[in-house]
Amino acid sequence: MFEYVWLIPLFPLIGVVINGLFGKSIKNEKIIGGIGSLMVFGSFLVACSILFRLLSLPSEERLYELNVFTWIQSGTFKADIGFLIDPLSALMIMVVTGVGFLIHLYSIGYMHGEEGFYRYFTYLNLFTFSMLLLVLGNNLLLMFVGWEGVGLCSYLLIGYYFHKKSAGDAGKKAFVMNRVGDFGFLLGVFTLFWFLGQNYNIWTINFVELSKASHLLPVGGIVTIITLCFFLGATGKSAQIPLYTWLPDAMEGPTPVSALIHAATMVTAGVYMIGRMNFIFIKAPETMLVIACIGAATAIFAATIGTAQNDIKRVLAYSTVSQLGFMFLAMGVGAFAAGVFHLMTHAFFKACLFLGSGSVIHSMHHALHHAHSHDDPQDMRHMGGLKSKMPITFITFLVSTIAIAGIPGFSGFFSKDEILWQAFANPYHGSLNYVLWGIGAVAAGFTAFYMFRLVFMTFFGECRITPKAKDHLHESPFVITLPLMVLGFLAVVGGYVGIPKVIGEVFGGIPNLFEHYLEPVFRISEEFAKEHVQVTAHHSAALEWGLMGTSVLIAVVGISIAYALYIVSPSIPAKFTAAFPGLHRAVYNKWYIDELYDLLFVNPCKALGRFLWKGFDVVIVDGIVNGVAKVTMGFSGVLRHVQSGFVHNYALTMALGMVVIVGFYLFR
Amino acid sequence: MLALNNYLIISAILFSIGTIGVLVRRNAIVIFMCVEMMLNAVNLTFIAFSKYLGNIDGQIFVFFVMTVAAAEAAVGLALMIAFFKNRESIDVEDINVMKW
Repeated sequence: MFEYVWLIPLFPLIGVVINGLFGKSIKNEKIIGGIGSLMVFGSFLVACSILFRLLSLPSEERLYELNVFTWIQSGTFKADIGFLIDPLSALMIMVVTGVGFLIHLYSIGYMHGEEGFYRYFTYLNLFTFSMLLLVLGNNLLLMFVGWEGVGLCSYLLIGYYFHKKSAGDAGKKAFVMNRVGDFGFLLGVFTLFWFLGQNYNIWTINFVELSKASHLLPVGGIVTIITLCFFLGATGKSAQIPLYTWLPDAMEGPTPVSALIHAATMVTAGVYMIGRMNFIFIKAPETMLVIACIGAATAIFAATIGTAQNDIKRVLAYSTVSQLGFMFLAMGVGAFAAGVFHLMTHAFFKACLFLGSGSVIHSMHHALHHAHSHDDPQDMRHMGGLKSKMPITFITFLVSTIAIAGIPGFSGFFSKDEILWQAFANPYHGSLNYVLWGIGAVAAGFTAFYMFRLVFMTFFGECRITPKAKDHLHESPFVITLPLMVLGFLAVVGGYVGIPKVIGEVFGGIPNLFEHYLEPVFRISEEFAKEHVQVTAHHSAALEWGLMGTSVLIAVVGISIAYALYIVSPSIPAKFTAAFPGLHRAVYNKWYIDELYDLLFVNPCKALGRFLWKGFDVVIVDGIVNGVAKVTMGFSGVLRHVQSGFVHNYALTMALGMVVIVGFYLFR
Repeated sequence: MLALNNYLIISAILFSIGTIGVLVRRNAIVIFMCVEMMLNAVNLTFIAFSKYLGNIDGQIFVFFVMTVAAAEAAVGLALMIAFFKNRESIDVEDINVMKW
């Protein structure tokens, strides 16, 4: 079965070709959308069969490499078009194709009647293709091709409504910020390739060969630099501090795009990349510390901003940034499996949340359109009381919200709690562990608060749009609600594949299947950690239970505050805002980070550009070019008078010239 | 047998007359004839030196000059006819369009 892995990226590529070349003339939305979705579904089926085949093998044999052909061969450098199947990539292709298929399906309903429907599906399939290349590529260069491809599709889809200036700007912002990260990624690849080649004569960028050579790498030193470069790439792609500001702006794109690219798949590429190269990252303790700190900082920072946003999609965007922070926290504390686990559960519940918000926006847009109102359909202040109007959307949304808030029994609880526990109990960061755990727990509390604030403002209370528009509110069609129900179901049960050990023991020794499944991928790191890291303290199960209880308690407190503020007495938030106007303004304006970046980077760049334009280009470059022309014109203005038009003058000049030349040779 | 000098002096006189004719006359045909005279002055020099030095090269060169002069005459007269058709004149003072 493994030899058919190339079919997985091929199917979406076929979709790209068909819809890209003939979509405009097909016109029929059902056919275009059907082709796009079916291609991804085909990939999903192949991915399923590969996963089952993989599961049927003993865990140490779960590694397969398929080299299709040699792509570049130049001296010692060799790059293949080849695919790598191991538990990690098998999981990722399941998430990408599974969630991707549902979102393609949803898009048929959501994008109905949009101009450029075929363009949308072409981009979406191209994205799926690139993402599959990213996760399946067996070497760094192929991964980078996918890495760039998803960035391109992200840019194209954010700017899908390109007639809106804000959408075009957001697309450019995302692209430029990603480029900053990409340069880090490339430097990482170069340095790693050069270092291994120069010192050990191992010239390779192949993941399997790298993992075999990883025992040669020193701890710290150059490996720290390499990993920091890679991590810079991850911060760009996965929207971490300092390169996160593009993600909230990316909400200008269509909502299913936000769900697929900016929640479930592309933004997790950084986490995947670190997981893929865990054997290198584990050798750079300083980098691990940086990753953990940045992850924790991003988690809390984005969560605070999320509490004051009124745009339903922006709240979810900041929530995504925050949740990605959790994943990086997990990576930074060496809990790779927990990070990837959160990646998976997050893909389920956040895709469901985004699609749910899309369903709400779709309905709001429809209603406001009928009422000839120009209110913003994404503004939560116009919503409220939608639960009776849109029951399916409401239930799936609520389930996913509970999952992200970390209430026991739902998927988010298992993954988030595992991360928090690892942040507390990992042997890497000494006493900083307590700080990391504390920040994570508080961020989880904020998450519970702002997510339930969103639910309460959207689905509960009085309906705040005009009565005329209210009559037009209705549940979305089946093609939209079906993906919601599937994802909502996964958001509930998705966590049961990775039940933490302490809980598993209570229920008769259920093992942590997920961790066990990913174990071969992270084996090298585990062994390294066992040998080189001093385990400072052994934590008891009671402590784990206690911390778990604490984090659940914090989540419940967050939900209660949201309930108190937005259901019981909705007047309090306004009073609170009035009491701390400065604080509210700062949070509402995202801590003025965009303005700070404008001040520090954008404006100086613009000023430099303007200087180079007005100063260098206009004065110096144009000056030289025009100056040469002017000098030529000046001389010719004088010399043109020689051309008198009288043949005799010319003849005389020739004769005199001859006399001069002959005279010169005679008398010199 | 005259001395070489005599030939050269004749040749120089012919050449100078030709040159002055080219410079001072207006009628294009006359200028053309003057050019021919200059060429023949040169030819005379060639022949004289050829005889004097006992080397046949000069005489061969004269053949070439005569061939070229014939070709030049054909082209030049054609140009003049074309010009005359336009201006009803072959006065070189009238050939004055190509100037600044």
